[in-house]
Amino acid sequence: MAQLSYREAVAAGIAQEMRRDDTVVFIGEDVAAAGGVFKTTEGLQAEFGKVRVRDTPIAEQAILGATMGAAMTGLRPIAEIMFSDFFAVCWDIVANQIAKTRFMSDGQCSFPLVIRSANGGGARFGAQHSQSVENWAMAVPGLKVIAPSSPADVKGLLAAAVRDPDPVLFFEQKSLYSSKGEVPDGEHVEPLGKAKVLRQGSDVTIVALAAMVPRAMQAAETLQDEHSISAEVIDVRSLVPLDTTTIFASVSKTARLVTVEENPRLCGWGAEVSSLVAEELFWDLEGPIVRVTTPHVPLPSADTLEDAVLPSADKVVASVLKLAD
Amino acid sequence: MNDRSGQLMAAIESRTTPDAGTRLELYRRMQACRMLEQRAYDLFMQNLIKGTSHLALGQEAVAAGFGVAMRDDDYSFCTYRGHNHTLVRGASMTGILGELMGRECGLLRGKGGSMHLMDVEKGAMGSYAIVGAHLPIAAGAAWSAQYRESGQVAVCFFGDGTTNIGAFHEALNLAAIWSLPVVYVCENNLYMEYTPIGEVTAVANPGADRAPAYGLESVLVDGNDVDIVYAVATAALDKARRGDGPSLIEAQTYRHGGHSRADPGKYRPAEEVAAWKERDPIPMYRQRLLDAGIDAAALDAIDAEQAARVDKAEETARNSGPPPLEIAATDVWADGSSTWRN
Repeated sequence: MAQLSYREAVAAGIAQEMRRDDTVVFIGEDVAAAGGVFKTTEGLQAEFGKVRVRDTPIAEQAILGATMGAAMTGLRPIAEIMFSDFFAVCWDIVANQIAKTRFMSDGQCSFPLVIRSANGGGARFGAQHSQSVENWAMAVPGLKVIAPSSPADVKGLLAAAVRDPDPVLFFEQKSLYSSKGEVPDGEHVEPLGKAKVLRQGSDVTIVALAAMVPRAMQAAETLQDEHSISAEVIDVRSLVPLDTTTIFASVSKTARLVTVEENPRLCGWGAEVSSLVAEELFWDLEGPIVRVTTPHVPLPSADTLEDAVLPSADKVVASVLKLAD
Repeated sequence: MNDRSGQLMAAIESRTTPDAGTRLELYRRMQACRMLEQRAYDLFMQNLIKGTSHLALGQEAVAAGFGVAMRDDDYSFCTYRGHNHTLVRGASMTGILGELMGRECGLLRGKGGSMHLMDVEKGAMGSYAIVGAHLPIAAGAAWSAQYRESGQVAVCFFGDGTTNIGAFHEALNLAAIWSLPVVYVCENNLYMEYTPIGEVTAVANPGADRAPAYGLESVLVDGNDVDIVYAVATAALDKARRGDGPSLIEAQTYRHGGHSRADPGKYRPAEEVAAWKERDPIPMYRQRLLDAGIDAAALDAIDAEQAARVDKAEETARNSGPPPLEIAATDVWADGSSTWRN
């Protein structure tokens, strides 16, 4: 096992797949010579050359259009959208073209492509560089949606995304880039569509994603230490496909569900999970389902304001205690 | 660096007359397009084709000229006005008509419709209904061909209205800086939907005048003259295959009807419509071939053969049932399913 940062795991995952398969190519703004604005892709151009690792203009429609065209004609491209907020300027290519064309064509072609993007808040970048937009992607049929919380998952899920025959939007949480963790040596691939139980518990299930996972883990510790409440923590990892089996098994056991989402309140992924549990597991529940989310506001820039709106471990603890009353 | 070589315009100037077989093929493909779309129009009137549709009656020379010039394994990308561009690649007429009619025999079994015709086996890589979207996608197919060193070229057809949307400019720039083997073909039919293109565009020639901004040669051609289209297509395809990068060709043409099924096209002056109908590419070419000594019987035979083909396509499509309802839930994913949870 090697210690890697979440940041280093990105390049490690891409490099693993580029060594294995020469149809894998990688493009984006400042990703090649500069190694990425978050330094997530350092060393890739040096190893794989200027043909396979290529800088693009600031032109997100061109980046993703080219990615789609390459994917439908024999390559397995990876593209970077520097900040996930920028999906708003190329959403036609994502939502109308990449997501729908396989279906509309009656399965004539596939789109084995990955779009990576730095997502989410905590870096004090303000409202146009901090959004959590994974729920935008989740709302579009035809897109797989992944958001890892640990370096091992960054590498393993990114590798699986590259090998997957369908379009995958891969949301890296930018405030996690400097976090470190053990990553298995050698080839590492984690299957898409599998949630992971990170902590066993019996009183409540806390379901979280990306940067909310460490906060949920911290909340679980506090609940145990200070309130003798045993919380089970699940890292969703994959919104589409969604591992309802793992989530349902946990909720059946604990009878209580709290979701922790970074996205603004309305139509966040936790609403879908809550709805599924309410519909299919209602009689197993012993209390209301609680969603902890960012309020329905754009993210403010100042550290005090941003911290005040994002879900914190304390807010998760408070929500669980309210539920336990 | 602007391309001042003038190589494409020079290729038109110095073109030689194609051999008789090629000329008959150009005529055949134009007639096939014309007869198919006329039949599609009739079927709308009978409400056998529902929804909307965008005909390119009058614009057949562009699709036919490129269709004949392209290699079978080249890629083509077109718009919602894409029946002709799909047909000239060799897609089945029954498949096209069946798709318009929402039948099981349709190219996409009714999952795409008139605006999304696609036949990947024939290199017809799709019809795109959001203006501009397919220009960067075509660049991507060209990037793939370049990377794989396959010698394939991507040809991307679009209308004059597309030249004012961002994706046009992003795609042209990318194609130019990466020297991609892609040919962008702007069919200027003088109207972006209902509005004259001149009223909404800063330059007189929406395609040709933009080319120098991307270091490309300004190419403005008569899109109703199929010999000229064939010549410029051949030259641009050769250039791309040689590794000399993209081209942007503006072909001036005119649609005989309105923008879509809902539009009678009343905003166009009657004299303008009449003048362009005088320059209908098909009778014009027929006369040229007769003048060149081609036997009228050979042309009549093509007309009869294509008319029979359309009749047969219509009959097959009428007799084809509706698509099975299950397919509304298939092929979201590569495994054939639409499953999003376990």
